[in-house]
Amino acid sequence: MSKAVVELPPKGGFNFDLCRRNEMLLKKGASPPSFRKTGTTIVGLIYQEGVILGADTRATAGSIVCDKNCEKIHYMAPNIYCCGAGTAADTEAVTDMVSSQLQLHRYHTSRESRVATALTLLKSHLFNYQGYVQAALVLGGVDVTGPHLHMIYPHGSTDALPFATMGSGSLAAMAVFESKYCEGLNKEEGINLVCEAICAGIFNDLGSGSNVDICVITKGHKEYLRNYRVPNTRAHFSSKEFTFPKKTEVLLTKIVPLREKIEVTEDGDAMEE
Amino acid sequence: MNFTVSKQPENCLLGPESDSQRTLYPYVTGTSVVALKYKDGILMAADMGGSYGSTLRYKNVERMKPIGKHSLLGASGEISDFQEILRYLDDLILYDNMWDDGNSLGPKEVHNYLTRVMYNRRNKFNPLWNSLVLGGVKKGEKYLGTVSMIGVNFEDNHVATGFGNHLARPILRQDWHENLSFEDGVKLLEKCMRVLLYRDRSAINKLQIAKITEEGVTISQPYSLKTYWEFSAFANPAQGAVGTW
Repeated sequence: MSKAVVELPPKGGFNFDLCRRNEMLLKKGASPPSFRKTGTTIVGLIYQEGVILGADTRATAGSIVCDKNCEKIHYMAPNIYCCGAGTAADTEAVTDMVSSQLQLHRYHTSRESRVATALTLLKSHLFNYQGYVQAALVLGGVDVTGPHLHMIYPHGSTDALPFATMGSGSLAAMAVFESKYCEGLNKEEGINLVCEAICAGIFNDLGSGSNVDICVITKGHKEYLRNYRVPNTRAHFSSKEFTFPKKTEVLLTKIVPLREKIEVTEDGDAMEE
Repeated sequence: MNFTVSKQPENCLLGPESDSQRTLYPYVTGTSVVALKYKDGILMAADMGGSYGSTLRYKNVERMKPIGKHSLLGASGEISDFQEILRYLDDLILYDNMWDDGNSLGPKEVHNYLTRVMYNRRNKFNPLWNSLVLGGVKKGEKYLGTVSMIGVNFEDNHVATGFGNHLARPILRQDWHENLSFEDGVKLLEKCMRVLLYRDRSAINKLQIAKITEEGVTISQPYSLKTYWEFSAFANPAQGAVGTW
């Protein structure tokens, strides 16, 4: 009698087959690889004309800083940006994915994307994975219904707030916001407050550091200020020159300066398409 | 047949009656204490709440007490252990007074005593579950130090315990400067306590501010801070997106 094999439909979500193998490896003493996390300070606030997002630029793998100047403010739509904290791969992947979904949606509807759409796409994806996709996001943008700022947690819950902070430096940044935020800030005050909050995270939290990135979104216009403030420039450069091993005879010394970095000062095109 | 189940692991180094006497968890706890040095001495603030797990059980707990002539002690953590520490310090000050030699224990000495007590208790696996803040002025010299339940001690221009470390110290690092006036110091402490009130779930809106100067200790009457909840985004958060809080 032939055995009928029923083809089960492919299961969604994660495949936990390797868990047993991992447990066995742990027992034998192999340590699991650490992920690259963005132990982070990310903030957002709503001001008079729109939304300002801010982030630090340090990415850590365990206790080592693996990227001193990474970009944590991700593009979602021309009028929506998203800051990400948590596992770097998860924040990158999830924001990229929703960004493409939003673009397809824009083509389909011939309309500007709304923040609520990005919010729903992100939260339903994260809920689906029950918190295993460790991405904590601050989503901000301005659409036809006005400026919006949302916090999205790894398990899929969301909050709508006038000011929000996330990441390991969120308490330091929140302390600054809670004491200095008021409604109706103008652009300069808003940027200063966001910068202060990120700096509080940079200097008081070990998981955050390096520079401050800022993104200002208003109706019909956005400004992506990469490295708006650089409070941690390198203080020491080694004065030693390159030394050859003792017995080498130096025949000719020729110093060629590296090409100068050309500054492209165009508004906001850096992140699009 | 006789079955005896031993509660201790096989290689236990402690004595037979050990487990029943050691502190394993805190029960009634106080939340953060924040303190800073100002022109004339030390300013310290703490709220008056004693939590029993997640219940706010006691709302009239004084977590700051004067010690001797020159010091002020604030504590967070287990309230009963704080009361025990006060008893130890009482004995210490009494013993010092009995010498009657015109000299009295200053804040540095009390801080050192507390550090030794906390560290030795931790080494016996029976800690006093507190984070202490000790401030004082003696002969014009201001002193502000802290000791944790495992014996970590240091002194600084501004200190905080518990949640205060994460929420208040960034503010203090930015806004504190040498020779603050009394009013500025109080304003700065209130700023910190307000953020703690908003963001620490075990904080209550009933606090005391204590001041210690060369003249002595003054602990204020309990009072509450003004809070602001009228941001328009709080009014109808789901306006922009259904299902969001």
